[in-house]
Amino acid sequence: MAIRVENKQSGPSRTNLMGLTRNDYKGRPTTLCQGCGHNSIASQIMAACYENSIPPEKVIKISGIGCSSKSPAYFMSRSHGFNSLHGRMPSIATGAVLVNRELIAIGVSGDGDTASIGIGQFIHLLRRNLPMVYIVENNGVYGLTKGQFSATADKVQVLKKIGENPFFPVDVCMEALIANCGFVARSFAGDPKQVKELIKAALSFNGTAVLDIISPCVTFNNRDESTKSYAWGKEHEIPIHDVTFVPRYDEIAVDYEPGEGTEVELHDGSTLMLKKLEQDYDPTDRKAAIMLLEETRARQVLATGLIYINKDQPPLQEVEELVDTPLTRLREEDLRPSPESLLEVLESFR
Amino acid sequence: MAEMQIAEKVSNQKQREQDPIYNDFSMVVATVNGSGSQTANMAIIRSLFRMGIPVSGKNLFPSNIQGLPTWFTIRASSDGFTARRDTTEILVAMNVTTFIEDLEELTPGGVCFYSDDFAVPGNRNDIVLYPMPIRKLVKEVNPPAALRDYVANMVYVGVLAQMLGIEMEEVHRALETHFTGNKRPIELNMSMIEAAALWAEKNLEKIDPYFLKREDKTKGQILIDGNTAAALGAIYGGVTFAAWYPITPASSLADALEEYLPQLRCQDGGCKATYSIIQAEDELAAIGMALGAGWSGARAMTSTSGPGIALMAEFAGLAFQAEIPVVIWDVQRMGPSTGLPTRTSQGDIFFVRFLGAGDTRHIILLPGNMKECFEFGWKAFDIAERIQSAVFVLSDLDLGMNLWMSEPLEYPDQPMDRGKILNEEDLERLGDFARYRDVDGDGIAYRTLPGTNHPLAAYFTRGTGHDEYAIYSERPDDWEANMERLWRKHETAKAYLPPPVIEKMDGASIGLIAFGSTDPAVREAQARLVGENIRTDYLRLTSIPFRDEVIDFVRSHEKVYVIEMNHDGQMRQLLQLEMPDQAVKIHSIRKNNGLPLSAGWITPALLEAEGG
Repeated sequence: MAIRVENKQSGPSRTNLMGLTRNDYKGRPTTLCQGCGHNSIASQIMAACYENSIPPEKVIKISGIGCSSKSPAYFMSRSHGFNSLHGRMPSIATGAVLVNRELIAIGVSGDGDTASIGIGQFIHLLRRNLPMVYIVENNGVYGLTKGQFSATADKVQVLKKIGENPFFPVDVCMEALIANCGFVARSFAGDPKQVKELIKAALSFNGTAVLDIISPCVTFNNRDESTKSYAWGKEHEIPIHDVTFVPRYDEIAVDYEPGEGTEVELHDGSTLMLKKLEQDYDPTDRKAAIMLLEETRARQVLATGLIYINKDQPPLQEVEELVDTPLTRLREEDLRPSPESLLEVLESFR
Repeated sequence: MAEMQIAEKVSNQKQREQDPIYNDFSMVVATVNGSGSQTANMAIIRSLFRMGIPVSGKNLFPSNIQGLPTWFTIRASSDGFTARRDTTEILVAMNVTTFIEDLEELTPGGVCFYSDDFAVPGNRNDIVLYPMPIRKLVKEVNPPAALRDYVANMVYVGVLAQMLGIEMEEVHRALETHFTGNKRPIELNMSMIEAAALWAEKNLEKIDPYFLKREDKTKGQILIDGNTAAALGAIYGGVTFAAWYPITPASSLADALEEYLPQLRCQDGGCKATYSIIQAEDELAAIGMALGAGWSGARAMTSTSGPGIALMAEFAGLAFQAEIPVVIWDVQRMGPSTGLPTRTSQGDIFFVRFLGAGDTRHIILLPGNMKECFEFGWKAFDIAERIQSAVFVLSDLDLGMNLWMSEPLEYPDQPMDRGKILNEEDLERLGDFARYRDVDGDGIAYRTLPGTNHPLAAYFTRGTGHDEYAIYSERPDDWEANMERLWRKHETAKAYLPPPVIEKMDGASIGLIAFGSTDPAVREAQARLVGENIRTDYLRLTSIPFRDEVIDFVRSHEKVYVIEMNHDGQMRQLLQLEMPDQAVKIHSIRKNNGLPLSAGWITPALLEAEGG
């Protein structure tokens, strides 16, 4: 039984609703290794933005440092990009988005950038609920410095140069859940369809959306026994549901029995359709989400899909009670109070 | 102790035959941190100020919430000298643990008001002692138990008012200001003050020479601290984003932003903000957010002190390299490391100037008074956006947290300078955009803001090497060309920086160079040196890189002394680097012990250096 969706973007049409072609979403040629999971994710980011008809000029691509953080150069050249400092992408994003609330921020980070040097900023970003898509391209290894363990590396994993890893890995999704993140998803670069649908949903979410995507490093960490390898992912991936994103402007024709799926309406009116697979899973239940991560870790399987969603937390710009106009577009008359007001203030210092 | 006995004891003290001294003393109020003496001290300062007497207030406080000793210094100076004075003429002793030590610091002929339950040592026959029956007087007024300790401080306000001649009406007005018209605390405190004054009138015989009398020397002036002035400057400079992390002595700058922004900068019926202030998780995040905001097109700032600056080093380098406007206030305190967190210093000059890896160097503004804290508060944004780089403003604890008398802050005399930004029409007209191309020959390239709706607008910001189009490049030529342009740009910056303040004296033989909070001490020292037949020209630095006026000043003097508060003579060394051919004639007068500089130290140090 399949979910049937009539999607205006799919099919022969060569432009999206913005009148742009897929080419308009292209980046510079990649300099990452051939077969790197990050390239596949970059392709899905482009596809998601194209299919969602997001104007590339409205997007900012932000990253920290590392292989993953280089990748924003390889998609959407018509978007402003900022390859910032190691582990500090969240702070750059916070400033950039708060002062221009119309920007759509796509952050690309890695497991070192997020779970090691950047764990502090990551947690505080989630705590503030800044609207942005936060992708972790998780390969369990430092690629750019040629193969050291990262904080998500498997315990007892063996790397060529370093030997065996004695430490328990950081689970990015678990950290996000604990930090009260309202959109927590996990996927696998070897499952591009799911990656794309989840990115589309994340782009429609008004808050921080975390996507932990297992993205194999073909050079340093792709041995079959590694939980970050293509072979292991393909073998052990268990989608918790079938994910389909339906934009707000599409007609939806759903074809499944009651109880076989859940529809999640997102902030911009689009819908995420989650079709039940093996067992019932309610992504709005935080406790169930934590249980799922615990269980799948114990069973050594890769559960993918939308692990948790909570749309009720106010995003940062609402907490800050900002004017509707982006702060960057305010003019001098909005920003510089009058001479009379200064005289009044001065009177209180006499 | 019966009142008659106290009066007897006091009158038994030797009365000195001395002319009265009007409006010229330094008073130290020694209390315990957290005991609520701030209200009392503020009332005294405000009263003097409103009596037209030039005054300054400096708080020497411990890094502690409650319980450790703290000293508040109030200087009254008819001549208008408001620097810290080395001598203490009047001591108000409210802290028994430091009483002996405080007494020793009192100048011969000085006066001590003390809580009458303190044991007075017998070794100071050269001072006047006035006991204050604090407990007894508090009991009489009987304030609510929770407020007893706070109200007790008002006893010394009342006694001082009576004994020195502070006008009671001004004390009342000062409390009105302090409690913003809130009647209850005003009345309670006033009743304590009046009771104490009445007691002093009946029981204490005035035998010291220090008097206060109304003058007309503060007319039109204001009393303000530098952090508040800086925050107001930023607000009138159109700040749209500030991120910060709590640290002494910079926190009150962000506090002042939070206090004044809602009343000065809200829209849509006063409830929607035209700014965002974020208390970050640390200083790394604070500057990162400010940089993100500056990149996006905001007037963005952060405020911190030395340890925070240390954490900001990597981002500071990124701001320089990627050319992102951001304003960073460093309210300096004593380092290295945690140092003396509540004491002042000018020790971050080197660190901030070169903060970052490789060939980083930064623009620095150096406010020397309240007007400049305000002026540089708004001007820093203009410079940052014009030059597209980090602009550091180096204040210090003395400027930032102490009360200074000042001419009124002046409304900005220039419209905002938002720098070189290309919009959609510009891009359409030009047909090409290279983020790092020196189109105008001044080193400053054009930028676009994220969200600019044109296919040519985007570029990729990075700390890595790049070509004119911001594309990653490791080519040696690209690197060198970009660095050369950055150097050109920082030469261009000089024209946008505030010029030094130069004051010449007829017959001057030597030049003095100073900056920041030491200005009042330097001026007072200049006046004293005239009495020693040494006449001096004075250049006060307000910015780095040094403008031509600074170079000319050094060249045109045979000998120059750089006066500063750090161990290494950092500013002197920067000047020597800038003009190696002049290096041997640039000398150093420096002191760095946590206390604000005083003329009493500068003058003999300079006399000694001059071989006198």
